[in-house]
Amino acid sequence: MSSLKMKKIKNDVSIVLCGAAGQGIKTIEFALTHIFKEIGLYVFSTKEYMSRIRGGCNSTEIRVSNDPVFAFVDRIDIFIPLTKESFAHLKNRITKNTLIIGLKENIPSGYKTLNLDLEKIALEVGANTYFNSIAIGFILGFLNINKKEHVTFFTRYFKNKGQAIIDKNIDAANKGYECSQGLAEKNHFALQSKSDSTQQKLFNGSEAIALGAIAGNCNFVPSYPMSPGTTVLSNLANYSQKYDILIEQVEDEIAAINMAQGAWYAGARALVTTAGGGFALMSEGMSLAGMTETPVVIHVGQRPGPATGLPTRTEQSDLNLALYAGHGEFPRIIFAPGSIEQAFSVTQKAFDLADKYQIPVIILADQLFLDSYYTTKSSEIKLVESRNYFIKTKKAYQRYQLTKDGVSPRGIPGYGNGLVYVDSDEHTEEGLITEDFNCRINMVKKRLKKLEYILKESITPEFFGYKNYKYLFVAWGSNYHVMKEALCHINDKDFAFLHFSQVYPLNKTVKKYFEAAKKIIVVENNATSQFAGLLKKELNITTDTSILKYNGLPFSVEEMTQAMINCK
Amino acid sequence: MNKKTEKTIFDKDNIDIAWCPGCGNFQILKALKLALSELNIHPTQLVTVSGIGQAPKTPQYFNTHMFNGLHGRALSVATGVKLANPSLTVIAEGGDGDMYGEGGNHFIHTIRRNINIAHIVHNNMVYGLTKGQASPTSELGFVTPIQVDGVILEPLNPLALAISLDASFVARTFSQNIEQTKELIKAAILHEGYALVDIFQPCVTFNKTNTYQWFKENVYYLPETYDPSNRAKAFEIAIDTTKLACGILYKHRKETYEEKTHIYQKSKKPLFQRKHNLAGLLK
Repeated sequence: MSSLKMKKIKNDVSIVLCGAAGQGIKTIEFALTHIFKEIGLYVFSTKEYMSRIRGGCNSTEIRVSNDPVFAFVDRIDIFIPLTKESFAHLKNRITKNTLIIGLKENIPSGYKTLNLDLEKIALEVGANTYFNSIAIGFILGFLNINKKEHVTFFTRYFKNKGQAIIDKNIDAANKGYECSQGLAEKNHFALQSKSDSTQQKLFNGSEAIALGAIAGNCNFVPSYPMSPGTTVLSNLANYSQKYDILIEQVEDEIAAINMAQGAWYAGARALVTTAGGGFALMSEGMSLAGMTETPVVIHVGQRPGPATGLPTRTEQSDLNLALYAGHGEFPRIIFAPGSIEQAFSVTQKAFDLADKYQIPVIILADQLFLDSYYTTKSSEIKLVESRNYFIKTKKAYQRYQLTKDGVSPRGIPGYGNGLVYVDSDEHTEEGLITEDFNCRINMVKKRLKKLEYILKESITPEFFGYKNYKYLFVAWGSNYHVMKEALCHINDKDFAFLHFSQVYPLNKTVKKYFEAAKKIIVVENNATSQFAGLLKKELNITTDTSILKYNGLPFSVEEMTQAMINCK
Repeated sequence: MNKKTEKTIFDKDNIDIAWCPGCGNFQILKALKLALSELNIHPTQLVTVSGIGQAPKTPQYFNTHMFNGLHGRALSVATGVKLANPSLTVIAEGGDGDMYGEGGNHFIHTIRRNINIAHIVHNNMVYGLTKGQASPTSELGFVTPIQVDGVILEPLNPLALAISLDASFVARTFSQNIEQTKELIKAAILHEGYALVDIFQPCVTFNKTNTYQWFKENVYYLPETYDPSNRAKAFEIAIDTTKLACGILYKHRKETYEEKTHIYQKSKKPLFQRKHNLAGLLK
């Protein structure tokens, strides 16, 4: 049991940019997060965006601090509205303490406002495209960050576009920087780097999963694009030449799940990435993996459903789908990482575990985690040597040989003198079709026996809080950081938090945490508290209440803090 | 191979074959084993992928690596196998319902990929295993327990479809002609690229229309002089359904997916022999 660090976060600035799709907020986010990280500050960045390519209203929150920050806050310290609609879009989060920087026509009176006409300055520099660079320069200058940082950044970022472009952007940033000088409001912000910046890395959830897959020796990715699962695919595509990874955009999700298994059958290590709706199409494919005992790793990025739902928002409502997809009975593992370290670790592990137990392994993430940037210490990311579990076959090889633990040595075609028979029908030990009733019983028992051994390797949940807690808050996946931060703020000796990065199967040793609690509260982003249902079904744990959110947006630290206090 | 008994290394002894006596599948199985034997392929280098139906049971009955997967999905699995290890000979085998109905989308896109696999479709114009429903290739008016007024959909024309997608090898045969079936299967396997062999066969139990006699009367053989490199001509022949052409309708060589992907340009090693060097992964 680890104790809470009682330090509250100081010198923590929340910068929110809001504008239309296509205006370049993504570019500004990229520049600022990377520059802040380079100088040793801690950064957390997250976005909420509409399902469109141009127009609408999207916002990005960049939280920067002297101390580690990892969660979304409602509070906005600096607000930069780029369109007329922006203010109304985030009205509920803007207070008298918010400093608003932008065109005064876009901002109602009665707020702390700094007039800044980014477009006008951009035209002075040469073109509207320099808009982003001006904004970058302004924000950095406002936060007293040395000019050389943006010079270094643009030099690297535009190195393929030639010196002229680099110079123009630096010039634009300098102009923005100048606009920020001499403003009294600057004195409220005192960011000072404390950490060793060389140790710090910046990753978003998608990158962590992609890199974790490479660490797991993933070499084939048949997938169909679907938000928010696509970024894992594009990240792996980026790495596909450096590491030999075969990327294939398939015709549909059913092709993906079947192709992945053909590849694993022949000894490759395939990953399928998708979202809830795409995974729903893979149900029969899941069943195929279960019956043929073919390893397969599937990343499912959750978003609000049902059906098309809110394509670009966040939710945790596909837990039940992940648990039950695929007709018939067979074991699986489901991971739900909530931090960059967990994402690396579970993704890498997923490949070895899928191979070892010959089962499907699901990595359940969500839009919040996949799209958010987190600073991480590279020393905290543990990469383990992965290994293959397949064997070289001998003559008269039997693919489904009955064994003590239910795991039959797995041969692959073209490696050895045996023949590898794999069948989606019920099959004999050899692997051929059968309708023998006794054989059926043996095979069912064999497949389910594996679960006993899988359980022994379950990841234990992480516990944070005071030893003699009375109130146990339970969460899984992306609510990891917001829960921790809320708990730090509250700092109540009666409170503790249990986070599950493996949601299935659940080893019954976790029951001890629940038995010690007076009240159990489950926190999740869905309407029916699916994890509470799972705890009841698997471990007969009755939870007392749930803190639920299902409007497509993540919990904020303020929201979580208040909800937790209200539970007492 | 023992020429007297025509026994091959692919033969399985003492097996219980689930096909009806007189089924065209027996002929196809025979032709397939002979073809493989004449090509000197060893069972340990061959993977036969099938779906569900009577035809997809074929790999259960001869010596080969086998992935007997889901109805309609053999082409996807076969693609995964071939891309993981291109040194394996890969056959995707199934029936017309499995390959042209449930698996229709995969049929179209596998042709686009031009993966080097042989695609053998047993086309009996009916659903046998599920007891007699119409299939995508059933003719108009075909009466079944489900299509009680006779089929009202136009049949799918797999050869025309394949030629329209510029498939690199498109052939048809009739199971009773074991010699031609054998030769076309050999040609398909030898062909570098996607190769379709659509094999007409009767379903003696559920298709009383397209019988051995009916096929004998309606198929014809393309002459020796026929030039299979002419796509327009091949298409013309394929869409003429008044008579059914057998032989190689269309054949040409184009780069396969495996030849185009960078994965197999630098190295021919199958994926199971490769391991990523993780030094600098986190940079």
